[in-house]
Amino acid sequence: MSGAPALATEGRSGGERRKLLLPAVIFLLLALAPLAVHLGMPASWLPLLTRALIFAIAALSLDLILGVGGLVSFGHAAFLGIGAYATGIMITEGRSETLLILPVVLLACAVFGAVTGAVCLRTRGVAFIMITLAFGQMVYFLAQALSAYGGDDGLTLYERSTLLGIDLFASRSSFFYTVLASLAGCYLLVRAIVASRFGRVLRAARENPTRVSVTGFDVDRVRLIAYVLSGMIAGLAGFFLANHTEFVSPAFISWQRSGELIFMTVLGGVGSLHGAIIGAIAYLIAEDALSHLTEHWRVIFGPQIVLFVLFTRGGIVGMLKRAGGGR
Amino acid sequence: MTTGLLLVQILNGLQLGILLFLVAAGLTLVFGVMDFINLAHGVQYMLGAYLAVTFVSLTGSFALGLVLALAAALVFGLVLEFLVFRHLYDRDHLDQVLATFGLILLLNQGVKMIWGAAPLSVPIPELLSGNVRLLDGILYPTYRFALIGAGLAVAGLLWFVVERTRTGMLLRAGASNAPMVSALGVDIRRLFMVVFAFGTMLAGFAGAMAAPILSVEPGMGDTVLILAFVVIVIGGIGSIRGAFVAALIVGLVDTLGRSFMNDLLRFFMSAPSARATGAALSSMLIYLLMAVVLFLRPDGLLPARGRS
Repeated sequence: MSGAPALATEGRSGGERRKLLLPAVIFLLLALAPLAVHLGMPASWLPLLTRALIFAIAALSLDLILGVGGLVSFGHAAFLGIGAYATGIMITEGRSETLLILPVVLLACAVFGAVTGAVCLRTRGVAFIMITLAFGQMVYFLAQALSAYGGDDGLTLYERSTLLGIDLFASRSSFFYTVLASLAGCYLLVRAIVASRFGRVLRAARENPTRVSVTGFDVDRVRLIAYVLSGMIAGLAGFFLANHTEFVSPAFISWQRSGELIFMTVLGGVGSLHGAIIGAIAYLIAEDALSHLTEHWRVIFGPQIVLFVLFTRGGIVGMLKRAGGGR
Repeated sequence: MTTGLLLVQILNGLQLGILLFLVAAGLTLVFGVMDFINLAHGVQYMLGAYLAVTFVSLTGSFALGLVLALAAALVFGLVLEFLVFRHLYDRDHLDQVLATFGLILLLNQGVKMIWGAAPLSVPIPELLSGNVRLLDGILYPTYRFALIGAGLAVAGLLWFVVERTRTGMLLRAGASNAPMVSALGVDIRRLFMVVFAFGTMLAGFAGAMAAPILSVEPGMGDTVLILAFVVIVIGGIGSIRGAFVAALIVGLVDTLGRSFMNDLLRFFMSAPSARATGAALSSMLIYLLMAVVLFLRPDGLLPARGRS
């Protein structure tokens, strides 16, 4: 999968090719990551990286509406949670076949996205931030009230999903490559969406919605479709997350989680798509390193977020660009 | 459900509504005038409660402790304004959300380091520790009445300041068109600081007043912050009148929903399923209310004048 973005550059201009270079390098490095364990990295490194890639899928989906569409959703963890809970509930009920679970996950996220999106998208700016936050909380309380499936304490899963009877998630490296392949697939899909006519309308609506709707496009419909798609991709991340932690709890949906997803996206560089992937990986590795250092790691992490917002522009991707001399 | 129980729950709802109003008023003012979205507002409520814990136990007097806690909360708010918020006013909302989110992580954990993770409490002041007899056999704590009274008094004061004083006039002008106010020769930075200090005081006051009846613990500000968001979205962003009405509605709907939803559902379904559905439905009720209000009136119930 990692070679695919690079192959697609054939017949394009040099600038286009350079734009694809960084994502191609990222995926190539990720594909080689399990080798590092053979070369002496600790064995716990691969699950950590798998977790980072799962969050990269979620951050990527958020970047589609936040970065490309300019809609700051503060309730994105709800989709992650719905995906995780749908997976957890189905496994608990004895249906662990992925081909059964995934359609349910995607459908649940699509329905939730369509209903809440229709309400949220009636508002703009700060009201949108607050309403998505409120809907996120609604799902959080709903999960807490699910007493049949763990309620407040969460739901422990005693097995993982299988694909056509194969234990895809049994070994660490096959789990890793499954998630990596899904991330690559989602990345290519979102890239294609952004490059399409639909994506162009979505981007234009971020700059000037009035002008776009006067031109004859239905801005609300385009945004709603993007919102639903983004939610479905985040649901996929939730499916992997439930399988990875073998545990689902309301904490997955807390508003802090939504804030973290925004931070991952911004950390990498908003709107560039591969920035979200870099941001998620950097965030999870930093979180892991700091939490080994002290239990009060948030005291270090919080100010870092503040300083990052005050003093950097364009995230990690922006810094790489400036370092490379390209603007 | 008896009349007495209903009366008690209505009073509880009013009291929650008043607390929410005190927090939401600061939030909506800061947003209305400065176009600044301050997630750390809930943390300032929490801090008000913690400072009350410390100062009341230090001085041994509730009134003195309250005053000192308010002063300390104000100083802390101004330090934050100087160090962080001031640099965010002309940034976009995403930057503001993120930076204040970082502050929440820091302060929630910081509070845990200083005061510990276990819930703390403040003793109810001697003078207000009794009960008031509402009906035969139904008592209601005096302190809760005092809380409702104090909240209403602050709401009245706020109304007077905003509608009847020169500062209030500038506030309203700033809320509808800040650049114009600045162009007319008003020091907008100073106005921002006054608004901010005012909002911080209100949140700190709410926290300190709530300390004797709620458990003071890390993260207590987060719940209130989100409820305050619901309030200002329902009321209309930037509108203090809207915040007042919406806060009372949210307080009443939430409290009454939690107490009577089970009984109501019992008419339709069996007891265990009524309990399960009731618990889920009552905690979601205000969010449903918000969704309905927004669907019918995207600008809220009482939108601030002059904002589109």
